[in-house]
Amino acid sequence: MATTSNAALNDRTSMAGSIKDAATAAGLVALLGFFFLAIRTDIAPGGLEVTTRWGLWFSAIALVFAGRLLLNIFVFRSDRKPGSFSIPISPETTSRIGKGLGWVLLTFAIILPFFFTYVFPARDRQYIDLAILIMTYVMLGWGLNIVVGLAGLLDLGYVAFYAVGAYSFALLAQNFEFMGFWVALPLAGLLAACWGVVLGFPVLRLRGDYLAIVTLAFGEIIRVVLLNWYSFTGGPDGVSGIPKPSFFGLEFSRNGGFAEFFGIPYDSIHRFIYLYYIIFILAIITNVVTLRLRRLPVGRAWEALREDEIACRSLGINTTNTKLTAFAIGAMFAGFAGSFFATRQGFISPESFTFLESAIVLAIVVLGGLGSQIGVVIASVVMIGGIELLRNLNFLKAVFGDDFEPSQYRMLIFGLAMVLIMVWKPRGLISSREPTAVLKEKKKISGDLVSQGEGH
Amino acid sequence: MEYFVQQLINGLTLGSIYGLIAIGYTMVYGIIGMINFAHGDIFMVGSFIALATFLILTTVFGFVFLPVVLLIVLIVSMLFTSAWGWTVERLAYRPLRGSFRLAPLITAIGMSIVLQNFVQVTQGARVKPLQPVIPGGMTIMEGFTENGPIVVQLSYMQIIIIGTTVALMIGFSLLISRTPLGRAQRACEQDQKMASLLGVNVDRTISLTFVMGAALASVAGIMFLLLYGVIDFYIGFLAGVKAFTAAVLGGIGSLPGAMLGGLLIGMIEVFWSAYFTVEYKDVAAFSILAIVLIFLPSGLLGKPEVEKV
Repeated sequence: MATTSNAALNDRTSMAGSIKDAATAAGLVALLGFFFLAIRTDIAPGGLEVTTRWGLWFSAIALVFAGRLLLNIFVFRSDRKPGSFSIPISPETTSRIGKGLGWVLLTFAIILPFFFTYVFPARDRQYIDLAILIMTYVMLGWGLNIVVGLAGLLDLGYVAFYAVGAYSFALLAQNFEFMGFWVALPLAGLLAACWGVVLGFPVLRLRGDYLAIVTLAFGEIIRVVLLNWYSFTGGPDGVSGIPKPSFFGLEFSRNGGFAEFFGIPYDSIHRFIYLYYIIFILAIITNVVTLRLRRLPVGRAWEALREDEIACRSLGINTTNTKLTAFAIGAMFAGFAGSFFATRQGFISPESFTFLESAIVLAIVVLGGLGSQIGVVIASVVMIGGIELLRNLNFLKAVFGDDFEPSQYRMLIFGLAMVLIMVWKPRGLISSREPTAVLKEKKKISGDLVSQGEGH
Repeated sequence: MEYFVQQLINGLTLGSIYGLIAIGYTMVYGIIGMINFAHGDIFMVGSFIALATFLILTTVFGFVFLPVVLLIVLIVSMLFTSAWGWTVERLAYRPLRGSFRLAPLITAIGMSIVLQNFVQVTQGARVKPLQPVIPGGMTIMEGFTENGPIVVQLSYMQIIIIGTTVALMIGFSLLISRTPLGRAQRACEQDQKMASLLGVNVDRTISLTFVMGAALASVAGIMFLLLYGVIDFYIGFLAGVKAFTAAVLGGIGSLPGAMLGGLLIGMIEVFWSAYFTVEYKDVAAFSILAIVLIFLPSGLLGKPEVEKV
């Protein structure tokens, strides 16, 4: 615990203090876990029945006691200042590392499909699919970064625009057959941007948490409408049979498609590689556009708005337009990502656009470090990739028995990771930012010095 | 007319539940200025604890005298849920006190995910149905419409819910206005630094705020369980968002406002379902939220926010 007072720390270093503290923690777990670990209610004939699992309860208590004791003895030492887990790195170093890392990651992202097909030929499809998923979240994160990280508008309903993009694409591609992927994609992005303006307009006066809760409400409204407008969206059945993208008119089919044209043997992996490059290029476009916009007056206005709205206004910046452009551009990229999601899945339903998705994207942005592009990439890889890895931990079945299902702990661990990373690094993983507008000389500032993201 | 009265009663009942949850939001927002996203899930945890306690008492120990059973369920559920509320604050919010504003929001969302999935993993994802515990009611009005006779029913359950809510509200208002704890809490709400200089233990006061909010949420959880008879691990999200809507509608930071907002949201939801469409009842509640915030940002009973430069 980073903020525990020194007195408590000193107390904990003595053996008796450690044991006492661990016992308190274990007692708390006993109290909290009693109705959830020790007791389980299940549907049985004639009503609910209660089953007890004392073993699970006692092992949880023992585990927490031992874990806390070991932490007290080996980690929370009094000779360390609280909160000094990280090694101090100067902002210049992190910035340089960040730049180098950016190029390394970019190179790796370009060669990634070939790397996977040659190194893991048996599981290449699975890995490339995972890479596509991560890349989708990177793109969403970069899109939301414009709204939250740059303009400082806290948006909890970002998934609404993702949904608008996905449904626009699906319905356009289905109802107008002449529209291929490449025509429907920009239209879907445009529609999402329009929705960004429509939803953004009424909430411009709101700030901070109020804005967050209204955007959350809008996200839910859009989901409920998609769910209930049966004649248009298909309701809970969703839209299926969404066409796949083609490579300049060449389908990725067994006969007469991409493979035949280029004279290479047909392999279903080609489509995955193609999809990967589409989302990769879309994500890179998002990134480049964001980086360029930051140099433009509108980008600087966003950042100024994030720091202080009143100062902005008194300097003559039109805050309405500035906020609306941020909303619209962020929404447009979400719309692109949504279109891609629709074409990749071939099927969409309102279930894919719950609040949880918004929360995950926002978590990626904040965990990565607000306004940091590379942070979004790292957070996506850690959170999404790490969670998907849990699907493959079947060896744990050998340890915990056959009815142990590691994948059901995915979201539990995801939530815990969110809390722990935030407590460990409240500013996000990459908290160093470079000011875009400078006077005379460039000075790098650490994120800790800036009161950003106030949402004014 | 009879139909209207019946819906009014239903709305009051639902509104009481929302109001009790909303108090937790409004107190926490008032004192540390953050949306406690996990509060809806604390409500869910409360109803699960109530369910387990009720089943243990009735099936394992064979208690049959209902008032005593319900009283024990109430006390146990409030105690254990308070422990959950305290722990959430201690683990996820206290380390981030004074940190930048988005950090506790993210941990709150994380905690909400943790609580939902913890309950799902330990108690299963299927819904838990409970037989009606307090059956019966009384008829307060009778009339005829073109579709046949209509009876306005006030069930004992609804009487208990509304009565408990009123009692809790009175007790709670007294707690805030008369006791040293309430005074400390109001002091922290106004100025934490000054309060701590004057000898108020701010950390402890904030912890107790979470404990009180969780206790009230657990009462709402019991009511939800008894009223609907079906709970699952996901009930917290929607109830939480609506209760927050209620808190905002009433003016965030204001306790009577939270209760008033809860009643209004409950009414709107019930009347919308009764006279328009059931499917879009959530849209109605959320639209109200958006409209209120846009035209009346400080809510019905809230103090207008003064911006200082």
